[in-house]
Amino acid sequence: MNLDSFIDWILLPLIKIGILFGLLSLVIAYLTLLERKIIAFMQVRLGPMRVGPHGLLQPIADGIKLMLKEDIVPSRADKIVFTLAPVITLIPAFIVFAVIPFGPRSIHIPGFTIPGLNVQVAERTTGFFITDLNIGLLYVLAVSSIGILGIILGGWASNSKYPLLGALRSAAQMVSYEVALGFSIMGVLMMAGTLSLVEIVNAQKNAGAWYVFLQPVGFILFFICGVAETNRAPFDLPEAESELVAGFHTEYSGFRFSLFFLAEYAAMIVVSSMAVTLFWGGWLRPFPNIAALGFLGLVPGFLWFALKVLVFLYFYLWFRASWPRYRYDQLMKIGWQVLMPIAIANVIVTAVLVLWLGGSR
Amino acid sequence: MIEALFFLFAAMAVGAAINVLVQKHVLYSALSLIVLLVSMSGLFILLNADFLAVINVIVYAGAIMVLFVFVIMLLNLPEDEDGADRMRWLKFLGIPMGLFLLFMILATLWNAGADAGVQAQMPGSPEAIGRSLFTDYLLPFEVTSLLILIALMGAVVFAKKEL
Repeated sequence: MNLDSFIDWILLPLIKIGILFGLLSLVIAYLTLLERKIIAFMQVRLGPMRVGPHGLLQPIADGIKLMLKEDIVPSRADKIVFTLAPVITLIPAFIVFAVIPFGPRSIHIPGFTIPGLNVQVAERTTGFFITDLNIGLLYVLAVSSIGILGIILGGWASNSKYPLLGALRSAAQMVSYEVALGFSIMGVLMMAGTLSLVEIVNAQKNAGAWYVFLQPVGFILFFICGVAETNRAPFDLPEAESELVAGFHTEYSGFRFSLFFLAEYAAMIVVSSMAVTLFWGGWLRPFPNIAALGFLGLVPGFLWFALKVLVFLYFYLWFRASWPRYRYDQLMKIGWQVLMPIAIANVIVTAVLVLWLGGSR
Repeated sequence: MIEALFFLFAAMAVGAAINVLVQKHVLYSALSLIVLLVSMSGLFILLNADFLAVINVIVYAGAIMVLFVFVIMLLNLPEDEDGADRMRWLKFLGIPMGLFLLFMILATLWNAGADAGVQAQMPGSPEAIGRSLFTDYLLPFEVTSLLILIALMGAVVFAKKEL
């Protein structure tokens, strides 16, 4: 392995993974504060105010508390699976970010010579993403479908009735909504003609319009299913506190609990990022084909991306503050009898239109 | 590099496969099966069949195994105690069939050994797979989809006695 391929395949990805991991942890920590603050604002309260100015240090205090808390394993629990479950949930939630494009392929690293060794390092261009897989979209679906297992196993291994009920609900809900989620994406796939997330954003640039304007039904379906997949309100039945105490993570405490928590918030960021990438033009500025708005291009792509993701995270919090939880039979009915037919109809209509208007762009 | 990864995934797959058989508890067997499927996906990626690898994870590890685990949890099966005794006669059937399968695999490997150029030609992209599914393998594809439809209807009939 020579130096250039070492830099391309090992060094640069490692640096990016490090930056991404650090940023992500920070964003998740402050997302919890944002959630409490926004919901407090909507309910005419102040939210956390004690730790730091306006509660700004609250996430750090929470983190320290979770680390120091006693880690309790129920005596009748299955120890191995109980330990494994939060890890199985957390790892997929983080490795999904490997394919999400935060910005275009536009980081130029000039060539240089390492002094002393007299080794020439070639000039290279890299992007604001860890890797660009030609099957990136399927990779996201595959990895996030593994994450469900952790939730089910955690509920089962606790050997307690509320976690088991929560886990069963979660399994049924996620399997049901995954189907509609897959169908809602297919419209975008047919228009873009590729599975690579970077190329899907580029296709939106070439089409001159974000896909949300061409696929409004697909986007609404995707976001509904995405909220259901992440077990957030109003689809938070697996952890419905009024009936199931806390659902699958009832028996978890301390650090293990925080792993589930991290995974849930990482999954929220993943769904928001996917919504932005597939439907809202990824890193593209608004109206990417109108030259008069060129000054918007002064804002770098990854900031546009972050801004759009924040909007969707805000939607998540808004939903939680606004809507009551669905009943279980209503949830299943919506998934199979409403969302699925609409999703299939959307696929058929898109297919006909794409064929009629002249193939994939 | 690729050889090292191959041996890593292969060892994981074989270890998990043995663990599926050895484990007393059904849930542990199911978990080992998931490890086996994921390491098989790793092997697929090394063979440039990315699409197959990802579909393998989505369908088997993500959907079918979730349902397996779901059912195991619902039934709450006890640990395998006397099950082995009742199935004792199966070994008279199982051992010859296993040997036959081993022979088939060895024969295939023996014949395939010389053909080293397979890996580079293997069409692993979604486009190539879709093309061959809808041209060369259209009949098997349609027959399979019919079979799946029948199975689906059968499941509905079983689940709802009166429609």
